[in-house]
Amino acid sequence: MNGQAVEFPKQALLTRLALSDSGFVFDPVTGNSFTVNTSGLSILRLLQKTEDWTDIIATLQAEFEVSYSVAERDVLEFATALRSAFK
Amino acid sequence: MKQTWVKPFLTAHRMGGMNKFGAVRAQNHQSDIDGVEIAPLLEKYGSPLFIVSEKTLRDNVRRLRRAFATRWPKVRHGWSYKTNYLAAICNVLHQEGSWAEVVSEFEYRKARANGVPGSRIIFNGPWKPNDILELAAQEGATIHLDHLDELYALEQVACKLGKQVPVGIRLNFDTGYTDSWSRFGFNLESGAAKDAVQRIAASPWLKLTGLHSHIGTFVLDVRAYSAQIRIMTDFMEQVERDTGCVIEYLDIGGGFASRNALQGMYLPPDQIVPSFEQYAEAICGTLMEATKGRAAAGKPLPTLILETGRAVVDDAEILVTTVVGGKRLPDGRRAAILDAGINLLFTAFWYNHEVKPLRPLNGIAEETVLYGPLCMNIDVVRASIMLPPLNVGESLVIRPVGAYNNTQWMQFIQRRPAVVMVTQNGEVSVIRASEQLEDVSGLEQVPLALQQPFPQGIPA
Repeated sequence: MNGQAVEFPKQALLTRLALSDSGFVFDPVTGNSFTVNTSGLSILRLLQKTEDWTDIIATLQAEFEVSYSVAERDVLEFATALRSAFK
Repeated sequence: MKQTWVKPFLTAHRMGGMNKFGAVRAQNHQSDIDGVEIAPLLEKYGSPLFIVSEKTLRDNVRRLRRAFATRWPKVRHGWSYKTNYLAAICNVLHQEGSWAEVVSEFEYRKARANGVPGSRIIFNGPWKPNDILELAAQEGATIHLDHLDELYALEQVACKLGKQVPVGIRLNFDTGYTDSWSRFGFNLESGAAKDAVQRIAASPWLKLTGLHSHIGTFVLDVRAYSAQIRIMTDFMEQVERDTGCVIEYLDIGGGFASRNALQGMYLPPDQIVPSFEQYAEAICGTLMEATKGRAAAGKPLPTLILETGRAVVDDAEILVTTVVGGKRLPDGRRAAILDAGINLLFTAFWYNHEVKPLRPLNGIAEETVLYGPLCMNIDVVRASIMLPPLNVGESLVIRPVGAYNNTQWMQFIQRRPAVVMVTQNGEVSVIRASEQLEDVSGLEQVPLALQQPFPQGIPA
Protein backbone atom coordinates (compact mmCIF):
# COMPACT_ATOMS: atom_id res chain seq x y z
CA MET A 1 0.00 0.00 0.00
CA ASN A 2 1.40 3.32 -1.00
CA GLY A 3 0.58 5.91 1.63
CA GLN A 4 0.96 8.67 -0.96
CA ALA A 5 -2.26 7.46 -2.54
CA VAL A 6 -4.32 8.06 0.60
CA GLU A 7 -5.78 11.50 0.85
CA PHE A 8 -6.31 12.83 4.35
CA PRO A 9 -7.64 16.32 5.12
CA LYS A 10 -4.99 19.04 4.88
CA GLN A 11 -2.53 18.82 7.76
CA ALA A 12 -3.09 22.49 8.68
CA LEU A 13 -6.73 21.68 9.21
CA LEU A 14 -5.95 18.66 11.37
CA THR A 15 -3.30 20.38 13.49
CA ARG A 16 -5.73 23.09 14.55
CA LEU A 17 -8.06 20.51 16.12
CA ALA A 18 -8.18 20.40 19.93
CA LEU A 19 -8.07 16.77 20.99
CA SER A 20 -8.88 15.65 24.52
CA ASP A 21 -7.89 12.29 26.00
CA SER A 22 -11.57 11.49 26.50
CA GLY A 23 -12.17 11.60 22.73
CA PHE A 24 -13.69 15.07 22.47
CA VAL A 25 -12.59 16.81 19.27
CA PHE A 26 -13.12 20.52 18.74
CA ASP A 27 -12.53 22.50 15.59
CA PRO A 28 -11.96 26.11 16.76
CA VAL A 29 -12.46 27.57 13.28
CA THR A 30 -15.82 26.04 12.43
CA GLY A 31 -17.02 25.50 15.98
CA ASN A 32 -17.89 21.91 15.16
CA SER A 33 -17.28 19.24 17.73
CA PHE A 34 -16.98 15.48 17.44
CA THR A 35 -16.58 12.33 19.47
CA VAL A 36 -13.83 9.96 18.47
CA ASN A 37 -12.93 6.56 19.90
CA THR A 38 -9.47 5.52 21.12
CA SER A 39 -8.19 4.20 17.81
CA GLY A 40 -9.58 7.23 15.99
CA LEU A 41 -7.94 9.53 18.52
CA SER A 42 -4.58 7.84 18.00
CA ILE A 43 -4.91 8.24 14.24
CA LEU A 44 -5.81 11.92 14.56
CA ARG A 45 -2.83 12.54 16.84
CA LEU A 46 -0.54 10.76 14.39
CA LEU A 47 -1.94 12.74 11.48
CA GLN A 48 -1.20 15.98 13.32
CA LYS A 49 2.47 15.00 13.17
CA THR A 50 2.87 12.94 10.04
CA GLU A 51 1.20 11.76 6.89
CA ASP A 52 3.64 8.93 6.46
CA TRP A 53 1.51 5.85 5.91
CA THR A 54 4.13 3.37 7.09
CA ASP A 55 4.70 5.33 10.29
CA ILE A 56 0.98 5.56 11.00
CA ILE A 57 0.32 1.85 10.59
CA ALA A 58 3.47 0.84 12.46
CA THR A 59 2.62 3.12 15.39
CA LEU A 60 -0.92 1.81 15.53
CA GLN A 61 0.39 -1.76 15.54
CA ALA A 62 2.68 -0.81 18.42
CA GLU A 63 -0.20 0.68 20.40
CA PHE A 64 -2.98 -1.76 19.55
CA GLU A 65 -3.46 -5.48 19.14
CA VAL A 66 -4.14 -5.32 15.42
CA SER A 67 -2.82 -6.95 12.28
CA TYR A 68 -1.31 -4.91 9.48
CA SER A 69 -4.14 -5.66 7.06
CA VAL A 70 -6.91 -4.82 9.53
CA ALA A 71 -5.21 -1.57 10.57
CA GLU A 72 -4.64 -0.64 6.94
CA ARG A 73 -8.24 -1.38 5.96
CA ASP A 74 -9.73 0.51 8.92
CA VAL A 75 -7.47 3.56 8.49
CA LEU A 76 -8.40 3.69 4.82
CA GLU A 77 -12.06 3.73 5.79
CA PHE A 78 -11.40 6.30 8.52
CA ALA A 79 -9.82 8.58 5.93
CA THR A 80 -13.23 8.70 4.19
CA ALA A 81 -14.86 9.77 7.46
CA LEU A 82 -12.19 12.44 8.04
CA ARG A 83 -12.53 13.86 4.55
CA SER A 84 -16.29 14.07 5.08
CA ALA A 85 -15.96 15.73 8.51
CA PHE A 86 -13.11 18.18 7.79
CA LYS A 87 -13.58 19.72 4.37
CA MET B 1 0.19 -3.98 27.20
CA LYS B 2 -1.40 -3.20 23.88
CA GLN B 3 -4.93 -1.86 23.70
CA THR B 4 -7.81 -3.72 22.04
CA TRP B 5 -8.43 -2.50 18.51
CA VAL B 6 -11.88 -1.15 17.74
CA LYS B 7 -12.60 0.25 14.31
CA PRO B 8 -11.85 3.99 14.38
CA PHE B 9 -14.85 6.22 14.15
CA LEU B 10 -15.66 9.87 14.39
CA THR B 11 -19.13 11.18 14.96
CA ALA B 12 -20.24 14.79 14.69
CA HIS B 13 -22.20 16.38 17.52
CA ARG B 14 -25.56 17.62 16.31
CA MET B 15 -27.83 19.94 18.23
CA GLY B 16 -31.61 19.78 18.33
CA GLY B 17 -31.89 16.11 17.54
CA MET B 18 -33.28 15.00 20.86
CA ASN B 19 -36.42 12.92 21.02
CA LYS B 20 -38.66 13.93 23.88
CA PHE B 21 -39.90 10.35 24.13
CA GLY B 22 -36.34 9.20 24.67
CA ALA B 23 -37.00 6.10 22.59
CA VAL B 24 -33.40 4.98 22.36
CA ARG B 25 -33.41 1.22 22.01
CA ALA B 26 -31.27 -0.76 24.35
CA GLN B 27 -28.27 -1.97 22.38
CA ASN B 28 -28.13 -5.27 24.17
CA HIS B 29 -27.33 -8.51 22.47
CA GLN B 30 -29.00 -11.87 21.93
CA SER B 31 -26.81 -14.93 22.16
CA ASP B 32 -29.43 -17.65 22.63
CA ILE B 33 -32.95 -18.64 21.76
CA ASP B 34 -34.89 -20.46 24.47
CA GLY B 35 -31.59 -21.22 26.20
CA VAL B 36 -29.93 -22.71 23.09
CA GLU B 37 -26.73 -20.89 22.09
CA ILE B 38 -26.95 -19.46 18.59
CA ALA B 39 -23.24 -19.35 17.67
CA PRO B 40 -22.81 -23.17 17.51
CA LEU B 41 -25.95 -23.37 15.36
CA LEU B 42 -24.37 -20.97 12.88
CA GLU B 43 -21.25 -23.12 12.77
CA LYS B 44 -23.28 -26.25 12.16
CA TYR B 45 -25.92 -25.00 9.74
CA GLY B 46 -24.17 -21.98 8.24
CA SER B 47 -25.08 -18.34 7.97
CA PRO B 48 -27.61 -16.94 7.33
CA LEU B 49 -29.94 -19.10 9.38
CA PHE B 50 -33.61 -18.89 10.30
CA ILE B 51 -34.40 -20.15 13.81
CA VAL B 52 -37.94 -20.87 15.00
CA SER B 53 -38.92 -21.09 18.65
CA GLU B 54 -41.54 -23.80 19.10
CA LYS B 55 -42.20 -22.54 22.62
CA THR B 56 -42.99 -18.98 21.51
CA LEU B 57 -45.20 -20.28 18.71
CA ARG B 58 -47.24 -22.42 21.10
CA ASP B 59 -47.35 -19.69 23.75
CA ASN B 60 -48.66 -17.20 21.20
CA VAL B 61 -51.46 -19.36 19.83
CA ARG B 62 -52.48 -20.41 23.34
CA ARG B 63 -52.63 -16.78 24.44
CA LEU B 64 -54.74 -15.96 21.39
CA ARG B 65 -57.13 -18.81 22.07
CA ARG B 66 -57.38 -17.99 25.78
CA ALA B 67 -58.03 -14.30 25.12
CA PHE B 68 -61.00 -15.14 22.90
CA ALA B 69 -62.29 -18.36 24.47
CA THR B 70 -62.69 -16.63 27.83
CA ARG B 71 -64.88 -14.00 26.14
CA TRP B 72 -66.91 -15.96 23.57
CA PRO B 73 -68.19 -19.54 23.83
CA LYS B 74 -67.39 -20.77 20.32
CA VAL B 75 -64.01 -19.80 18.89
CA ARG B 76 -62.01 -21.37 16.08
CA HIS B 77 -58.55 -20.42 14.84
CA GLY B 78 -57.63 -21.03 11.24
CA TRP B 79 -53.87 -20.99 10.68
CA SER B 80 -53.15 -18.66 7.79
CA TYR B 81 -50.91 -20.81 5.59
CA LYS B 82 -49.65 -17.92 3.48
CA THR B 83 -48.10 -16.33 6.57
CA ASN B 84 -45.76 -19.28 7.03
CA TYR B 85 -46.46 -22.67 5.52
CA LEU B 86 -43.38 -24.56 6.61
CA ALA B 87 -44.89 -27.93 7.52
CA ALA B 88 -43.37 -28.07 11.01
CA ILE B 89 -44.80 -24.67 11.88
CA CYS B 90 -48.23 -25.59 10.50
CA ASN B 91 -48.26 -28.83 12.44
CA VAL B 92 -47.32 -27.17 15.73
CA LEU B 93 -50.41 -25.02 15.26
CA HIS B 94 -52.60 -27.92 14.11
CA GLN B 95 -51.46 -29.81 17.21
CA GLU B 96 -52.71 -26.83 19.21
CA GLY B 97 -56.12 -27.21 17.56
CA SER B 98 -55.89 -24.65 14.76
CA TRP B 99 -57.55 -25.42 11.44
CA ALA B 100 -55.81 -24.65 8.14
CA GLU B 101 -56.78 -21.43 6.35
CA VAL B 102 -55.66 -21.70 2.74
CA VAL B 103 -55.98 -19.44 -0.28
CA SER B 104 -54.96 -21.57 -3.26
CA GLU B 105 -54.89 -25.02 -4.75
CA PHE B 106 -51.24 -25.29 -3.71
CA GLU B 107 -51.99 -24.39 -0.09
CA TYR B 108 -55.02 -26.72 0.01
CA ARG B 109 -52.89 -29.63 -1.11
CA LYS B 110 -50.12 -28.61 1.30
CA ALA B 111 -52.56 -28.67 4.20
CA ARG B 112 -53.83 -32.10 3.11
CA ALA B 113 -50.22 -33.31 2.80
CA ASN B 114 -49.61 -32.05 6.34
CA GLY B 115 -52.36 -34.40 7.44
CA VAL B 116 -55.18 -31.88 7.86
CA PRO B 117 -58.56 -33.37 6.85
CA GLY B 118 -60.56 -31.34 4.37
CA SER B 119 -63.23 -30.83 7.01
CA ARG B 120 -60.74 -28.72 9.01
CA ILE B 121 -59.72 -26.48 6.10
CA ILE B 122 -61.05 -22.98 5.51
CA PHE B 123 -60.73 -22.28 1.81
CA ASN B 124 -60.40 -18.58 0.90
CA GLY B 125 -58.85 -16.77 -2.03
CA PRO B 126 -59.93 -15.34 -5.37
CA TRP B 127 -58.95 -18.36 -7.48
CA LYS B 128 -60.03 -21.87 -6.67
CA PRO B 129 -59.64 -24.01 -9.80
CA ASN B 130 -62.50 -26.39 -10.51
CA ASP B 131 -60.72 -29.62 -9.60
CA ILE B 132 -59.72 -28.34 -6.18
CA LEU B 133 -63.13 -26.76 -5.63
CA GLU B 134 -64.66 -30.17 -6.28
CA LEU B 135 -62.24 -31.87 -3.90
CA ALA B 136 -62.89 -29.26 -1.21
CA ALA B 137 -66.65 -29.67 -1.60
CA GLN B 138 -66.31 -33.45 -1.45
CA GLU B 139 -64.14 -33.30 1.64
CA GLY B 140 -66.37 -30.86 3.50
CA ALA B 141 -64.01 -27.89 3.58
CA THR B 142 -65.35 -24.50 4.64
CA ILE B 143 -65.52 -22.69 1.29
CA HIS B 144 -65.74 -18.92 1.10
CA LEU B 145 -66.94 -17.58 -2.23
CA ASP B 146 -65.06 -14.60 -3.58
CA HIS B 147 -67.06 -13.69 -6.68
CA LEU B 148 -70.09 -14.63 -8.77
CA ASP B 149 -68.17 -16.82 -11.21
CA GLU B 150 -67.01 -18.91 -8.29
CA LEU B 151 -70.58 -19.11 -7.01
CA TYR B 152 -71.72 -20.55 -10.33
CA ALA B 153 -68.70 -22.87 -10.52
CA LEU B 154 -69.40 -24.27 -7.05
CA GLU B 155 -73.05 -24.71 -7.86
CA GLN B 156 -72.07 -26.85 -10.86
CA VAL B 157 -69.66 -28.84 -8.71
CA ALA B 158 -72.38 -29.45 -6.10
CA CYS B 159 -74.81 -30.50 -8.82
CA LYS B 160 -72.22 -32.93 -10.22
CA LEU B 161 -71.58 -34.35 -6.76
CA GLY B 162 -75.32 -34.56 -6.18
CA LYS B 163 -75.19 -32.93 -2.77
CA GLN B 164 -75.97 -29.57 -1.23
CA VAL B 165 -72.76 -27.75 -0.30
CA PRO B 166 -72.62 -25.41 2.70
CA VAL B 167 -70.93 -22.19 1.76
CA GLY B 168 -69.80 -18.85 3.16
CA ILE B 169 -69.37 -15.61 1.29
CA ARG B 170 -66.62 -13.11 1.65
CA LEU B 171 -67.81 -9.57 2.25
CA ASN B 172 -66.08 -6.26 1.83
CA PHE B 173 -67.30 -2.99 3.32
CA ASP B 174 -66.13 0.28 4.79
CA THR B 175 -65.49 0.16 8.53
CA GLY B 176 -64.45 3.79 8.63
CA TYR B 177 -61.10 2.79 10.09
CA THR B 178 -59.21 0.90 7.39
CA ASP B 179 -59.12 1.01 3.61
CA SER B 180 -61.80 -1.26 2.24
CA TRP B 181 -60.25 -4.26 0.52
CA SER B 182 -62.88 -4.13 -2.18
CA ARG B 183 -61.08 -6.44 -4.58
CA PHE B 184 -61.96 -9.46 -2.45
CA GLY B 185 -65.48 -10.75 -1.95
CA PHE B 186 -68.87 -9.13 -2.45
CA ASN B 187 -69.39 -5.49 -1.61
CA LEU B 188 -71.98 -4.70 1.02
CA GLU B 189 -72.72 -1.06 0.28
CA SER B 190 -73.37 -1.63 -3.43
CA GLY B 191 -75.83 -4.45 -2.77
CA ALA B 192 -73.60 -7.08 -4.47
CA ALA B 193 -73.41 -9.10 -1.25
CA LYS B 194 -77.18 -9.14 -0.87
CA ASP B 195 -77.61 -10.24 -4.50
CA ALA B 196 -75.15 -13.10 -3.94
CA VAL B 197 -77.04 -14.18 -0.82
CA GLN B 198 -80.33 -14.19 -2.75
CA ARG B 199 -78.75 -16.21 -5.55
CA ILE B 200 -77.43 -18.78 -3.08
CA ALA B 201 -80.83 -18.97 -1.40
CA ALA B 202 -82.42 -19.70 -4.76
CA SER B 203 -80.04 -22.57 -5.46
CA PRO B 204 -80.94 -26.11 -4.44
CA TRP B 205 -77.24 -26.98 -4.41
CA LEU B 206 -75.84 -24.27 -2.14
CA LYS B 207 -76.61 -23.38 1.46
CA LEU B 208 -75.35 -20.20 3.09
CA THR B 209 -73.93 -20.97 6.53
CA GLY B 210 -71.23 -18.34 7.12
CA LEU B 211 -70.00 -14.84 6.53
CA HIS B 212 -66.37 -13.92 6.10
CA SER B 213 -64.48 -10.65 5.87
CA HIS B 214 -60.95 -9.39 6.36
CA ILE B 215 -60.64 -5.69 7.04
CA GLY B 216 -56.94 -5.18 6.51
CA THR B 217 -53.49 -5.95 7.75
CA PHE B 218 -51.53 -4.70 10.77
CA VAL B 219 -54.70 -3.09 12.15
CA LEU B 220 -53.65 -1.08 15.21
CA ASP B 221 -57.03 0.39 16.16
CA VAL B 222 -59.22 -2.21 17.84
CA ARG B 223 -62.30 -0.08 17.13
CA ALA B 224 -61.98 -1.20 13.50
CA TYR B 225 -62.89 -4.73 14.61
CA SER B 226 -65.85 -3.48 16.65
CA ALA B 227 -67.13 -1.77 13.52
CA GLN B 228 -66.51 -4.94 11.49
CA ILE B 229 -68.50 -7.05 13.96
CA ARG B 230 -71.39 -4.58 14.00
CA ILE B 231 -71.58 -4.55 10.20
CA MET B 232 -71.31 -8.32 9.89
CA THR B 233 -73.92 -9.06 12.58
CA ASP B 234 -76.34 -6.55 11.05
CA PHE B 235 -75.91 -8.30 7.71
CA MET B 236 -76.28 -11.70 9.38
CA GLU B 237 -79.64 -10.69 10.83
CA GLN B 238 -80.71 -9.27 7.48
CA VAL B 239 -79.87 -12.35 5.41
CA GLU B 240 -81.41 -14.70 7.94
CA ARG B 241 -84.59 -12.61 7.90
CA ASP B 242 -84.63 -12.36 4.09
CA THR B 243 -83.77 -15.95 3.17
CA GLY B 244 -84.49 -18.07 6.22
CA CYS B 245 -80.90 -19.35 6.35
CA VAL B 246 -79.03 -19.80 9.63
CA ILE B 247 -75.59 -18.26 9.88
CA GLU B 248 -73.44 -20.66 11.87
CA TYR B 249 -70.20 -18.70 11.91
CA LEU B 250 -68.66 -15.30 11.43
CA ASP B 251 -65.11 -15.38 10.12
CA ILE B 252 -63.41 -12.05 10.80
CA GLY B 253 -60.16 -12.84 8.97
CA GLY B 254 -56.83 -11.71 10.36
CA GLY B 255 -55.02 -8.39 10.55
CA PHE B 256 -53.84 -8.33 14.17
CA ALA B 257 -50.52 -6.50 14.36
CA SER B 258 -47.34 -8.21 15.54
CA ARG B 259 -44.68 -6.58 17.68
CA ASN B 260 -42.79 -5.33 14.69
CA ALA B 261 -42.06 -1.70 13.81
CA LEU B 262 -43.73 -0.50 10.65
CA GLN B 263 -41.59 2.02 8.79
CA GLY B 264 -42.92 5.48 9.56
CA MET B 265 -44.46 4.38 12.85
CA TYR B 266 -43.46 6.93 15.46
CA LEU B 267 -43.87 4.96 18.66
CA PRO B 268 -42.18 1.63 19.37
CA PRO B 269 -44.30 -1.52 18.90
CA ASP B 270 -44.47 -2.22 22.63
CA GLN B 271 -46.37 1.02 23.09
CA ILE B 272 -48.63 0.90 20.07
CA VAL B 273 -49.51 -2.71 19.22
CA PRO B 274 -52.69 -3.93 20.98
CA SER B 275 -52.51 -7.18 22.95
CA PHE B 276 -54.64 -10.21 22.05
CA GLU B 277 -56.75 -9.34 25.08
CA GLN B 278 -57.42 -5.84 23.76
CA TYR B 279 -58.45 -7.19 20.36
CA ALA B 280 -60.59 -9.85 22.04
CA GLU B 281 -62.29 -7.35 24.33
CA ALA B 282 -63.29 -5.15 21.40
CA ILE B 283 -64.43 -8.05 19.19
CA CYS B 284 -66.20 -10.23 21.74
CA GLY B 285 -67.71 -7.28 23.60
CA THR B 286 -69.32 -6.03 20.41
CA LEU B 287 -70.34 -9.54 19.40
CA MET B 288 -72.01 -10.12 22.77
CA GLU B 289 -73.92 -6.87 22.46
CA ALA B 290 -74.96 -7.50 18.84
CA THR B 291 -76.20 -11.06 19.37
CA LYS B 292 -77.93 -10.76 22.74
CA GLY B 293 -81.38 -11.29 21.18
CA ARG B 294 -80.47 -14.51 19.33
CA ALA B 295 -81.08 -16.98 22.13
CA ALA B 296 -84.59 -15.59 22.69
CA ALA B 297 -85.23 -15.89 18.94
CA GLY B 298 -84.09 -19.51 19.02
CA LYS B 299 -81.04 -18.86 16.87
CA PRO B 300 -77.58 -20.23 17.66
CA LEU B 301 -74.70 -17.98 18.58
CA PRO B 302 -72.30 -17.91 15.64
CA THR B 303 -68.89 -19.49 15.96
CA LEU B 304 -66.20 -16.83 15.82
CA ILE B 305 -63.43 -17.74 13.38
CA LEU B 306 -60.06 -15.99 13.55
CA GLU B 307 -57.44 -16.25 10.82
CA THR B 308 -54.66 -14.64 12.83
CA GLY B 309 -51.30 -15.29 11.18
CA ARG B 310 -48.78 -12.51 11.66
CA ALA B 311 -49.39 -11.95 15.38
CA VAL B 312 -49.01 -15.67 16.08
CA VAL B 313 -45.80 -16.46 14.22
CA ASP B 314 -43.85 -13.24 13.73
CA ASP B 315 -41.92 -13.15 17.00
CA ALA B 316 -41.46 -16.92 17.02
CA GLU B 317 -38.70 -16.73 14.40
CA ILE B 318 -35.40 -14.91 14.04
CA LEU B 319 -32.92 -14.57 11.20
CA VAL B 320 -29.25 -14.73 12.08
CA THR B 321 -26.97 -13.07 9.56
CA THR B 322 -23.27 -12.31 9.39
CA VAL B 323 -21.34 -9.23 8.33
CA VAL B 324 -19.35 -9.92 5.15
CA GLY B 325 -18.01 -6.43 4.51
CA GLY B 326 -18.20 -2.81 5.48
CA LYS B 327 -17.62 0.62 4.07
CA ARG B 328 -17.94 4.30 4.77
CA LEU B 329 -20.51 5.96 2.54
CA PRO B 330 -19.78 9.35 0.95
CA ASP B 331 -22.28 11.01 3.29
CA GLY B 332 -20.31 9.82 6.29
CA ARG B 333 -22.57 6.99 7.36
CA ARG B 334 -21.19 3.56 8.07
CA ALA B 335 -22.49 0.67 5.99
CA ALA B 336 -22.31 -3.05 6.62
CA ILE B 337 -22.93 -5.73 4.03
CA LEU B 338 -24.73 -8.79 5.37
CA ASP B 339 -25.10 -12.29 3.98
CA ALA B 340 -28.91 -11.96 4.21
CA GLY B 341 -30.91 -9.41 2.27
CA ILE B 342 -34.36 -8.80 0.93
CA ASN B 343 -34.18 -12.14 -0.87
CA LEU B 344 -34.80 -13.66 2.56
CA LEU B 345 -36.36 -10.71 4.33
CA PHE B 346 -39.17 -9.53 2.13
CA THR B 347 -40.69 -7.74 5.12
CA ALA B 348 -37.71 -5.35 5.24
CA PHE B 349 -39.63 -3.36 2.64
CA TRP B 350 -42.14 -2.25 5.29
CA TYR B 351 -40.64 -3.03 8.71
CA ASN B 352 -37.73 -1.61 10.65
CA HIS B 353 -36.74 -4.93 12.14
CA GLU B 354 -35.00 -5.05 15.47
CA VAL B 355 -31.32 -5.90 15.02
CA LYS B 356 -29.15 -7.14 17.87
CA PRO B 357 -25.56 -8.33 17.82
CA LEU B 358 -24.92 -11.91 18.87
CA ARG B 359 -22.44 -10.74 21.52
CA PRO B 360 -21.78 -7.44 23.28
CA LEU B 361 -19.81 -5.18 20.95
CA ASN B 362 -17.26 -2.54 21.85
CA GLY B 363 -17.53 0.99 20.59
CA ILE B 364 -20.04 3.75 20.47
CA ALA B 365 -23.09 3.21 18.31
CA GLU B 366 -23.30 5.29 15.17
CA GLU B 367 -25.71 5.52 12.29
CA THR B 368 -25.30 2.46 10.10
CA VAL B 369 -26.94 1.21 6.93
CA LEU B 370 -27.40 -2.56 6.68
CA TYR B 371 -27.21 -3.83 3.12
CA GLY B 372 -27.93 -7.34 1.91
CA PRO B 373 -25.65 -9.36 -0.39
CA LEU B 374 -27.61 -8.86 -3.61
CA CYS B 375 -26.15 -6.87 -6.46
CA MET B 376 -29.31 -4.76 -6.44
CA ASN B 377 -29.68 -1.20 -5.18
CA ILE B 378 -32.92 -2.01 -3.38
CA ASP B 379 -31.31 -4.61 -1.14
CA VAL B 380 -31.48 -2.65 2.12
CA VAL B 381 -32.21 -4.47 5.37
CA ARG B 382 -32.18 -1.34 7.54
CA ALA B 383 -31.79 2.13 6.05
CA SER B 384 -30.66 3.60 9.35
CA ILE B 385 -29.87 1.97 12.66
CA MET B 386 -27.56 2.87 15.53
CA LEU B 387 -24.99 0.11 15.90
CA PRO B 388 -21.45 -0.17 17.25
CA PRO B 389 -18.66 -0.76 14.70
CA LEU B 390 -19.16 -4.11 12.96
CA ASN B 391 -16.24 -6.28 11.93
CA VAL B 392 -16.41 -8.89 9.21
CA GLY B 393 -17.63 -12.14 10.75
CA GLU B 394 -19.78 -10.41 13.37
CA SER B 395 -23.25 -11.97 13.53
CA LEU B 396 -26.52 -10.16 14.04
CA VAL B 397 -29.97 -11.32 15.04
CA ILE B 398 -32.84 -9.82 13.04
CA ARG B 399 -36.31 -10.10 14.53
CA PRO B 400 -39.23 -10.69 14.39
CA VAL B 401 -39.24 -12.43 11.01
CA GLY B 402 -41.72 -15.31 11.32
CA ALA B 403 -44.50 -13.80 9.23
CA TYR B 404 -44.38 -13.86 5.42
CA ASN B 405 -40.62 -14.23 5.00
CA ASN B 406 -40.56 -18.03 4.63
CA THR B 407 -43.36 -17.79 2.07
CA GLN B 408 -42.41 -14.65 0.16
CA TRP B 409 -38.65 -15.22 0.11
CA MET B 410 -37.00 -15.48 -3.26
CA GLN B 411 -34.44 -17.73 -4.80
CA PHE B 412 -32.75 -14.74 -6.38
CA ILE B 413 -28.98 -14.46 -6.82
CA GLN B 414 -28.48 -16.48 -3.63
CA ARG B 415 -29.71 -19.83 -2.41
CA ARG B 416 -32.15 -19.91 0.49
CA PRO B 417 -30.63 -21.02 3.79
CA ALA B 418 -31.71 -23.61 6.33
CA VAL B 419 -34.54 -23.11 8.79
CA VAL B 420 -34.18 -24.84 12.14
CA MET B 421 -36.61 -25.16 15.02
CA VAL B 422 -35.62 -25.10 18.67
CA THR B 423 -38.11 -27.54 20.12
CA GLN B 424 -39.82 -27.28 23.47
CA ASN B 425 -37.28 -29.63 25.03
CA GLY B 426 -34.32 -27.68 23.70
CA GLU B 427 -33.48 -29.92 20.75
CA VAL B 428 -32.70 -28.43 17.37
CA SER B 429 -34.37 -29.83 14.25
CA VAL B 430 -33.85 -28.77 10.67
CA ILE B 431 -37.32 -27.99 9.33
CA ARG B 432 -36.13 -26.87 5.89
CA ALA B 433 -32.72 -27.77 4.57
CA SER B 434 -30.59 -25.14 2.88
CA GLU B 435 -31.11 -25.05 -0.86
CA GLN B 436 -28.48 -26.55 -3.12
CA LEU B 437 -27.73 -25.63 -6.70
CA GLU B 438 -29.39 -28.88 -7.85
CA ASP B 439 -32.63 -27.91 -6.09
CA VAL B 440 -32.85 -24.84 -8.25
CA SER B 441 -31.40 -26.07 -11.53
CA GLY B 442 -32.93 -29.55 -11.27
CA LEU B 443 -36.17 -28.35 -12.82
CA GLU B 444 -34.42 -26.84 -15.80
CA GLN B 445 -33.90 -28.64 -19.08
CA VAL B 446 -31.37 -27.61 -21.68
CA PRO B 447 -32.09 -28.60 -25.32
CA LEU B 448 -29.40 -30.86 -26.73
CA ALA B 449 -28.13 -28.22 -29.16
CA LEU B 450 -27.55 -25.82 -26.25
CA GLN B 451 -25.59 -28.20 -24.08
CA GLN B 452 -21.88 -27.60 -23.59
CA PRO B 453 -19.44 -28.34 -25.09
CA PHE B 454 -21.12 -26.85 -28.15
CA PRO B 455 -20.63 -29.09 -31.20
CA GLN B 456 -19.62 -26.13 -33.35
CA GLY B 457 -17.33 -24.67 -30.68
CA ILE B 458 -17.33 -21.13 -29.27
CA PRO B 459 -16.55 -18.06 -31.40
CA ALA B 460 -13.20 -16.58 -30.52
